[in-house]
Amino acid sequence: MIKNKYLILRRVTQISLMFLYFGANAWGWSFITGNLSSSLIMGTIPMSDPYAVLQMFAAGAIIASNVLLGAVIAVLFYAIVGGRAFCSWVCPVNIITDSANYLRRKLGFNQVQKRQPATRSMRYWMIMISLFISVGFGVTAFEFISPISMVHRGLVFGMGFGWAAVVVLFLFDLFVLKNGWCGHICPLGGFYSIVGKYSLIRVKHQEEKCTLCMKCKEVCPENQVLFMVGKSTEQVLSGECTNCARCIEVCDDDALNFSIRELANQKTKEK
Amino acid sequence: MKETMSERRKFFLTIARATGVAALGGLVWSAYVDEITANALILRPPGALDEEDFLKTCIKCGMCVEACPFDTLMLAAPGDNKPIGTPYFTPRDVPCYMCTDIPCVPVCPTDALDIKKVSNSNGELDINIAEMGTAVIDTKNCIAFWGIQCDACYRACPLLDVAIKIEYEKNSRTGKHAFLKPVVDSDFCTGCGLCERACVTEKASIFVLPKEIALGKAGDYYIKGWDKNDEKRLENATSRRTTTEISKESAVDSLNDMGGLLDD
Repeated sequence: MIKNKYLILRRVTQISLMFLYFGANAWGWSFITGNLSSSLIMGTIPMSDPYAVLQMFAAGAIIASNVLLGAVIAVLFYAIVGGRAFCSWVCPVNIITDSANYLRRKLGFNQVQKRQPATRSMRYWMIMISLFISVGFGVTAFEFISPISMVHRGLVFGMGFGWAAVVVLFLFDLFVLKNGWCGHICPLGGFYSIVGKYSLIRVKHQEEKCTLCMKCKEVCPENQVLFMVGKSTEQVLSGECTNCARCIEVCDDDALNFSIRELANQKTKEK
Repeated sequence: MKETMSERRKFFLTIARATGVAALGGLVWSAYVDEITANALILRPPGALDEEDFLKTCIKCGMCVEACPFDTLMLAAPGDNKPIGTPYFTPRDVPCYMCTDIPCVPVCPTDALDIKKVSNSNGELDINIAEMGTAVIDTKNCIAFWGIQCDACYRACPLLDVAIKIEYEKNSRTGKHAFLKPVVDSDFCTGCGLCERACVTEKASIFVLPKEIALGKAGDYYIKGWDKNDEKRLENATSRRTTTEISKESAVDSLNDMGGLLDD
């Protein structure tokens, strides 16, 4: 088995998706047009960013049926199947913040900066604030500052000064806050954490196989979701898990694996 | 007791801190958003909603940009000093060539580009009723107004002799030549910018501005009495009553009142 199978798969998905978008604009391909804010697959199936549509609604826009259908499709997919998979399998910013985090680990910054002076629930505050500003100013507030959109739109339609957003995100995650953007601030990640809370694909931890090496917790971008490692056999049910599968790959003991959500008995076992 | 006190203080401090950060972030964020969306000098694709509604509704997906066969439309990137991610065009670089099938409009998933705004009464697409802006002429720098013969804009206009007409006028400076002055009729001008592109002066002397910027508004209180249709505007007329306080004293008194000037 290839060692970093999922990591490679994720990068292939992320990069080829952006390449397909780019091809649609540059060479008129029609497989998937638009960008991550809203796109059209094979000229028929709409997919839209549900968080952007929510802001449009807050701003008081009339929501057209096309974009509404696209948002519903996206929500259904992530809510039922993927969980927060958008963040680790689709979003191009993930590549930036992952590389910052990789460098952080290699350079040993995590040993020096042990304390993280920020709360991960900041992202939910960001959602609240973005909706308030959308209502107050009648614009889609986050869409005008989103570095995610700057990156994916920039890759397809031209970067402008968008590269500055890339540099800032990288430096912020590298020097200021571990998993700073994706794990603390990004309201889109927060939005998908809520949407994907009850999705079917879940990482499962088997305590009896665990040798307590803690490699999974070191590599996990949302390591609070792995609280059960070495303690109990259960599924990772937090919506904040991005299903990136890094924990599965680094585990030498096969103690972590993908599984389908167990619907009934999990909660009772906890008590 | 002491333990619970410090717990409580910690709790309140956390709340206060979160509120502080949220307030700071919210302030900077809303100030930035307000600033960046205040840019009124931007030309939108055909069928675009009013700027205010457009900024609410456009999801910034760029599908109109992809649909445009002439690469007229661009998505505003950071640093363009335009509302980020929204489509616009710069006529002097690439004008709108007014495709009859208007490919940029039906692809819009949010109806920020509204098909109804470019459809005629039969429900057919009609680019000639688009209102992207209106052309404006700088009569000081337009060489046709100097008396040099140039009709580049007139010839470039897709609504030839409708949106731009030529007015003839005697050139009294030479006494034997004519001015051939281009005049824009903003009722018909779509704002495509082919004239701006065609203009021969170093910096275009005819250029497209958004209609809200370029046009005035007469209001409800002036009506073209000779135009039956114009009277219809009165149906939704707003009224404003102004009252001036009139002096009750007789006019003669006011003339006689010297304000104590002649008193000893």
